[in-house]
Amino acid sequence: MTLLLFIEQFLNGMQFGVFLFLISAGLTLVLGIMNVVNLAHGSLYMLGAYFASTFFGLTDSLIVALILTIPVMLIVGILIELVVLRTMYERDHMDQVLATFGLILFFNELVRIIWGVEAQPLTLPIWLSGNVEILPDAPYPVYRLVIIGVGMAVAAGLFWMITRTRMGMLIRAGASNRPMVGALGVNIRFLYTMVFGLGAVFAGIAGLMAAPLQSVESGIGEDMLIFAFVVIVIGGIGSIRGALVASIVIGIFETVGRSILPVLMLEVVDSETAQTAGPALASMLVYILMAVILFFKPQGLFPARTG
Amino acid sequence: MLSKLKMSILIGSFLVLAVLPFITEWIDEPFYVDLMARVMIFSIAAMSLDFILGYGAMISFGHALYLGLGTYAVGILAHYEVTNGWLQLLVCISGTAFIAFILGLISLRTSGIYFIMITFALAQMFYFLGISLEAFGGDDGLPIDTRSEFFSFFDLNEAWNMYYLILGTLTVIAIVLWKVINSRFGMVVRGSHSNDARMQAIGFPTMKYRLAAFVIAGVVCGLAGFLLGNLTEFLTPEYMHWFRSGELMIMVMVGGMGTLFGPLFGAFAYLMVEDFLANFTEYWQFYFGPLLILLVLFAKQGLWGMLPGKEDMSDD
Amino acid sequence: MTEPLLKVDQLHKSFGGVVATDSLDFDVMPGEIHAVIGPNGAGKTTFVAQIAGMLKSDSGSIVFDGRDIAGKTAPERSHMGLARSFQITSVFRNFTALENVSLSIQAHAGHSFKFWKRASTDRDLTEPAQKILDDVGLGDKALDLAGNLAHGQQRQLEIAMALATSPKMLLLDEPTAGMGSEESENMRKFLNELKGDYSMLLIEHDMDTVFSVADRVTVLVYGRGIATGTPEEIRNNAEVRAAYLGEDEVTTGA
Repeated sequence: MTLLLFIEQFLNGMQFGVFLFLISAGLTLVLGIMNVVNLAHGSLYMLGAYFASTFFGLTDSLIVALILTIPVMLIVGILIELVVLRTMYERDHMDQVLATFGLILFFNELVRIIWGVEAQPLTLPIWLSGNVEILPDAPYPVYRLVIIGVGMAVAAGLFWMITRTRMGMLIRAGASNRPMVGALGVNIRFLYTMVFGLGAVFAGIAGLMAAPLQSVESGIGEDMLIFAFVVIVIGGIGSIRGALVASIVIGIFETVGRSILPVLMLEVVDSETAQTAGPALASMLVYILMAVILFFKPQGLFPARTG
Repeated sequence: MLSKLKMSILIGSFLVLAVLPFITEWIDEPFYVDLMARVMIFSIAAMSLDFILGYGAMISFGHALYLGLGTYAVGILAHYEVTNGWLQLLVCISGTAFIAFILGLISLRTSGIYFIMITFALAQMFYFLGISLEAFGGDDGLPIDTRSEFFSFFDLNEAWNMYYLILGTLTVIAIVLWKVINSRFGMVVRGSHSNDARMQAIGFPTMKYRLAAFVIAGVVCGLAGFLLGNLTEFLTPEYMHWFRSGELMIMVMVGGMGTLFGPLFGAFAYLMVEDFLANFTEYWQFYFGPLLILLVLFAKQGLWGMLPGKEDMSDD
Repeated sequence: MTEPLLKVDQLHKSFGGVVATDSLDFDVMPGEIHAVIGPNGAGKTTFVAQIAGMLKSDSGSIVFDGRDIAGKTAPERSHMGLARSFQITSVFRNFTALENVSLSIQAHAGHSFKFWKRASTDRDLTEPAQKILDDVGLGDKALDLAGNLAHGQQRQLEIAMALATSPKMLLLDEPTAGMGSEESENMRKFLNELKGDYSMLLIEHDMDTVFSVADRVTVLVYGRGIATGTPEEIRNNAEVRAAYLGEDEVTTGA
């Protein structure tokens, strides 16, 4: 494992972490503030990817696709919140799980009805598909660096909003003590709708950015959802900071781990075993990490609520 | 004690199941034997989930894992030419017990939303593990060439033998779980559902009991998996996918949470509806999704809960 | 000079910047009822939670029956003889009153890894449970669902469940909460009957109850004990009156 390879995997891990952050940030707020388990959050990621590929197909511009996808995702998010999620606030978690599970089924099928069963193609425009030399003789895809950049920008923007605006203060208050915020006479319904809409936008952006890198097809949301869950469990429900830290850690751990582990195993066992056991173990790494962290901190690293 | 109506429905259903193979022979539709065999297997799985979910409020979103593990126990051993049913059963039970114990230790330290997400993630981990195990077919799965061998005179390849084995298991499990739910152990699990702090205040170290319940549920579901592997003669990580866990939860809800026998019928109802809708349209989930939401909103108590007649609170 | 049954030394607990329990010293002698009163937010329930074992203190010691219980879990403390009733009624609503009390008895009847015999008809559990219900005055409600009982009866059930664990000391968190005057009077009579057989730490808002039942009273304000003494001494204490200014409970008392 050369240093160059390691750096490349490290950056890939950061990029993956960005996706995770965009998805988990919204999800952790929804969980923390509204106390609703929303399994359909992955579907928002998927919809973002689908909308992006359609808009890109129409306009041939990734930028325009981004500009169009954001309001569309906001509207979709608001619709879901108004029609389905609202009915679930007073319900227990079991009901929420089942209802949002129903949403997953619905959306997974919806995209196949509207867009067909084939994966949607989305190729990168020329100006994004090149490589850049981050170190001498080390080319790295420009697009992935852009993703990392966008992710950092969004994170910074989110932090600014959370810590400097009134809305952000309400969100923080809501995450740590929901009933209080309602008692303060704040328009809770509006807050909830906005939070959910924001989460939908972020997930959609992640989907858009991921679209050129992976196939856009039904069901891609759920694989990301699982990672998002792990991120939130480790980071702590309701904590943006926790989501950011955990996303990057998991992203890097998963990506680097997958490439390092088989190599490391070759040192210890023969190549045949390493070939079979390597990928298997690599896929378990993140969960082992989660279990270990949970053992010491069952509420995650930065829980927003005290106990 | 169950109300007269519910008791009659239960006994009636079991009688129908007992004579079903003869009926199918008479109307020359042997397909139904296999269909109901499958339904019964999922009834066992659904009951095991209700044990911890309905009674114990442990919302495990990874229960199908044990279904898969059961099939793997049969499949892997059969792959290595170990077809002795007793041995396979031993491996199945001890394997699922061990894994349930470890997973329970990790996840039961948490509660609420955390618990749901962790059970989800951990089960999915096994799914990915299964996919990456090329030796056992990866995500293509592996055919199981021979069914388990128990007694030389009891050939499981005969459809009826398989059917009655499953029916027998279902009956025994139903009785056992009902006994356990009403035993001292069961009372602790049910009490911890309502109010864990209260249980601890009166002196129950609740974690121990919840872990035991979690393991029991896992083992029973593993048994269902054992039967499933034999019935389908196929081993695939798909049985462990979180989607299957979701289906199990639906079966429990549709049947009636916390009723034990409700999920028995819930499994039947769900599989029938799924079969019906799937014949209708390839996009059946498009309709089922919203239907599920409506069910959650308006029919939460499930089929069993809609039946009149509260349980008689006095003695046996 | 007898040893106190419960001895609390310099108990301290804070949440973030808020001090809930402020270096509190406290004790309960065998057979006495020691009441804790204080304005809302004084930290009374937090205090009880630490003694019961549901909340971990930051520092200080808790010695019960001669043993340091700081490291013991709530179930362990229950087995040592400490029983608790909750401020917000925490009976098992879907179980009958008899099943509720039977559970308490079951908790102290060895382990519960017993999977076969039906618990709700187990005489080893139901007979003692019925007796306790009779003692408390709920005998005829044994087969009613706890959730269907009147509020005052549920509070009685709370205490019955605590008594069923054969405790040495009761931690009662506002037993008369939400009760009308007749029910409160019954509760007072009952507590007086229990006095002597059981020691009690009593959290109360209702001054009538405090003055007619308590041997000693401690006043808690912002987690600090500002005064301890007999009910009479506390009633006449200037600092205490000041702390309660604005509250209606400083009435005449029995």
